[in-house]
Amino acid sequence: MSFPLLTATAALPAIGAVVTAAVPAAQRTAAKWLALLVSLATLALAIVVLVRFDPDGDRYQLTESHSWIADFGVRYELGVDGIGVALLALTALLIPFIILAGWHDADPLETGSKRWRPTQGFFALILAVEAMVIISFEATDVFLFYIFFEAMLIPMYFLIGGFGDRAHEHGEEAASTQRSYAAVKFLLYNLVGGLIMLAAVIGLYVVAGNFSLQEIAEARANGSLDMATNTERWLFLGFFFAFAVKAPLWPLHTWLPNAMGEATAPVAVLITAVVDKVGTFAMLRFCLQLFPEASKWATPAILVLALISIIYGALLAVGQRDIKRLVAYASISHFGFIIMGIFAMTSQGQSGATLYMVNHGISTAALMLVAGFLISRRGSRLIADYGGVQKVAPVLAGTFLIGGLATLSLPGLAPFVSEFLVLVGTFSNYPVVGIIATFGIVLAALYTLVLYQRTMTGPVKAEVSAMPDLRVRELVVVAPLIVLLIFLGVYPKPVTDIVNPAVKSTLSDVQKKDPQPEVEAAK
Amino acid sequence: MSATAVHSLWTTAADPISKIDAPKIEYGQLSPTLIVVGAAIIGVLVEAFVPRKQRYYVQVFLSAVALAAAFAAVVALAADGYATTKAGIAAMGAIAVDGPALFLQGTILLAGLVGLFTFAERRLDPEAHGNRVDSFAAQAASVPGSDSEKAAVKAGFTTTEVFPLLLFAVAGMLIFPAANDLLTLFVALEVFSLPLYLMCALARRKRLMSQEAAVKYFLLGAFASAFTLFGIALLYGYAGSVSYSAIAQVVDGTVTNVAPALADTMGNDALLLVGGAMIVMGLLFKVGAVPFHMWTPDVYQGAPTPVTGFMAAATKVAAFGALLRLLYVVLPGLRWDWRPVMWGVAIVTMLGGAIVAITQTDIKRLLAYSSIAHAGFILAGVIATTPDGVSSVLFYLAAYSFVTIGAFAVVTLVRDAGGEATHLSKWAGLGRRSPLVAAVFAVFLLAFAGIPLTSGFAGKFAVFKAAAEGGAAPLVVVGVISSAIAAFFYIRVIVLMFFSEPRPEGPTVAVPSPLTMTAIGVGVAVTLVLGVAPQYFLDLANQAGVFVR
Repeated sequence: MSFPLLTATAALPAIGAVVTAAVPAAQRTAAKWLALLVSLATLALAIVVLVRFDPDGDRYQLTESHSWIADFGVRYELGVDGIGVALLALTALLIPFIILAGWHDADPLETGSKRWRPTQGFFALILAVEAMVIISFEATDVFLFYIFFEAMLIPMYFLIGGFGDRAHEHGEEAASTQRSYAAVKFLLYNLVGGLIMLAAVIGLYVVAGNFSLQEIAEARANGSLDMATNTERWLFLGFFFAFAVKAPLWPLHTWLPNAMGEATAPVAVLITAVVDKVGTFAMLRFCLQLFPEASKWATPAILVLALISIIYGALLAVGQRDIKRLVAYASISHFGFIIMGIFAMTSQGQSGATLYMVNHGISTAALMLVAGFLISRRGSRLIADYGGVQKVAPVLAGTFLIGGLATLSLPGLAPFVSEFLVLVGTFSNYPVVGIIATFGIVLAALYTLVLYQRTMTGPVKAEVSAMPDLRVRELVVVAPLIVLLIFLGVYPKPVTDIVNPAVKSTLSDVQKKDPQPEVEAAK
Repeated sequence: MSATAVHSLWTTAADPISKIDAPKIEYGQLSPTLIVVGAAIIGVLVEAFVPRKQRYYVQVFLSAVALAAAFAAVVALAADGYATTKAGIAAMGAIAVDGPALFLQGTILLAGLVGLFTFAERRLDPEAHGNRVDSFAAQAASVPGSDSEKAAVKAGFTTTEVFPLLLFAVAGMLIFPAANDLLTLFVALEVFSLPLYLMCALARRKRLMSQEAAVKYFLLGAFASAFTLFGIALLYGYAGSVSYSAIAQVVDGTVTNVAPALADTMGNDALLLVGGAMIVMGLLFKVGAVPFHMWTPDVYQGAPTPVTGFMAAATKVAAFGALLRLLYVVLPGLRWDWRPVMWGVAIVTMLGGAIVAITQTDIKRLLAYSSIAHAGFILAGVIATTPDGVSSVLFYLAAYSFVTIGAFAVVTLVRDAGGEATHLSKWAGLGRRSPLVAAVFAVFLLAFAGIPLTSGFAGKFAVFKAAAEGGAAPLVVVGVISSAIAAFFYIRVIVLMFFSEPRPEGPTVAVPSPLTMTAIGVGVAVTLVLGVAPQYFLDLANQAGVFVR
């Protein structure tokens, strides 16, 4: 038996989480270093996975399969395709930055504060989320996926509800109330989505008799498993609902601004750049493969919802007064693009969507983490409290600008490539949808540049005049992300090479062909 | 001349009186119950003859040994094949020894053992006049607040009678799911109900509330028993027998020889339907299904918390066992009649329990309503009428009982000056004062909510899967919706514990003796093991899923 590489990528952070949590309270710093080392080791393992993965090989690679709960027809089955590998690598890449960026977020407050912040818990929870997210990217058993899809809500919930920004305009009491409101809203939305999916998971078992993604998809393809049209549609809706809450898609998005607004910036990145990707990933992997007919049936409605997400998210982002909520609404707009790319049912669209997930992860991480550094300096999330920061802290302002420009998909930065692919892919099948979606880009330019202008330019406000520039730790967080954004913007081929074959097989499951002679994805 | 010779002068020998057959009792197969009953009787003698100071130790030891020995007997019987190949009827047709019976008996015995640990806890309440005290009244007969009560407390009396009462209740519960005729069923029902009524009245603190709870439980329970008994009479009129298999044969129409005395009523479907409904009603009362649930919140709240935990777990196991046997063995021929009704009951139970629980402000009442919702989930499995339905219900019951006892054991730890602090507002910020206790309770709540990787999820998945396969997809949808509603109030408690500011005058968490720690530890361990690796126990439940007829 070969070394269970995929299990190791999930087990390592899981064990790390337990050990980190067990570190005694006095050894706070040791716990942080431990968490960082574990996340780096996980990254190393993820790189090994990336190297061992052969884009032109089998569809699912590095597979593992063990019996688990035979009574439920559940197997412990792991395997990655190109899409899974890309997102696995993204997750493993972002976690060390998240940990480093949140280095002081869970330090105990000065004496006299009633707030309770166990440092070890913060880092242990981040690692726990990482383990669960990674295993959901790897699971090829629907039940196994479901278990971790649901279970990751619990550590996320404590991360949102238990740790907030140090300062809050309405004082600690109000902050605590708002935080727990946001955490509960997050949990209830996702739990309801998950429970509805549970009904569909059970239904799938009744229809198919097992949970193996490959077996079911194969049986669907060769016609040995026939689903009644209505059954398939209901099951599809059950799955899609859960993923649409997680992604989030309008009108199920309202938990995201609360959660991202109240959580600390690194946790907000964890939500939007890592956890939410499971939703869009699962649409590609489970909705399309298990229910191809229903996916085609639902495509028009989903495209409309995605369009609404794009425009609505961008419009609300323009109107935000709070930096973090602005990024949250921008993310909703971007998730609209991703979902549109997935359901455009073209290879460019889906490759673009996958690439978009990766790029959005990196660009949002860059923007949000810098925003977090900014907020921690001034102690306010309100845009109006800033002004002229670029004169005081030029490096901070510069990195913030690059993060912002990536968010608006400036050519030369990574998100441009994916957004372009998504739009091209959509346009070839649904021209009208593609045209309307383009307005989202215009609005993106508006909200990003207005944000930069109001916070960074203009006269220096008194409160920010003594603001220190980025520290070494913060630079270490931001610089690699920016380098990646530029690199993938100029040369996205490494990612597209991995992703493209997987997208082709997904499309062939849905039995959709690209409308015109195959266009090679931008190389 | 010999005596016989003289005798024979004026007598002649008649034929010997035909012997009355001695009943054939399979003592080995009945040993679990016999051990517990025997220990309970010895416990009563201990009360009479052992000096007061030593009673507690003797009773705890006796009860623990008896329950453990009975459990060992169950395991031995199962290992011997009585759950599968050798399954049969014992005690002249009164008791079935089969898979479901043994599985449920094992569950009840373990729940009883863990419950016993919480009964025996004596470190939580502050010492009264230098005597360690448990959760039970010093002297049940003394009027609350009276001088005689004060005297009893001062003298250091404790109600060690609870231990034999517990054993009697366990004994009744052991017979209940194994009863193979309606009279045995009724006797078992009374044998476990009466000790429970009594134990509910024995709280040391808030005695009036406890007594009120007991009276409510007793009155409503008596009604339910009367209904059951009436139903039994009607079914006897219908079938001419109280034996399960005989009734089942009449239901199926395979019996032709009609007893002359019953010729008028036998086979009268009205008797069958009304009688069957009344018996089922009695059982639904015991499991706390809507609309027979009214007693649950008051009794759960008023009873001493260890009793609540034991009762919530073990009664449910026993009553669902009896319900399963009744519906699957006696009335399967009638399932087209009872399934629609049970559908309705399951739906209102799931939704009713979950919705009303949202408004609760007392942790014990909250858990009571949550237990109602869980009864609804289990009913969904019962309705499946498939082998999977049986095994999923068995698994759910086993998983649920340990979570319940553990959760109530945690409730006993959170105390203020007035005893247990059960009002939810007092639990605010508990996670900051006692992270471990709050985390353990959170694990139990997550299991109740059915979050993956806990036993609650495995159990819920099993019953929903059985229901879906049994053609009850709408029930699954309702179940999922009420799970979502239920999740709300479990989460609310977690929010309260972890994200709210602790109150300055808030409760403290008492440090328990190893007894309660064991109870809680077992609860957590079972919750996690059944959540992560349920396969072994599912196999066990599967093998145990066949009733003997």
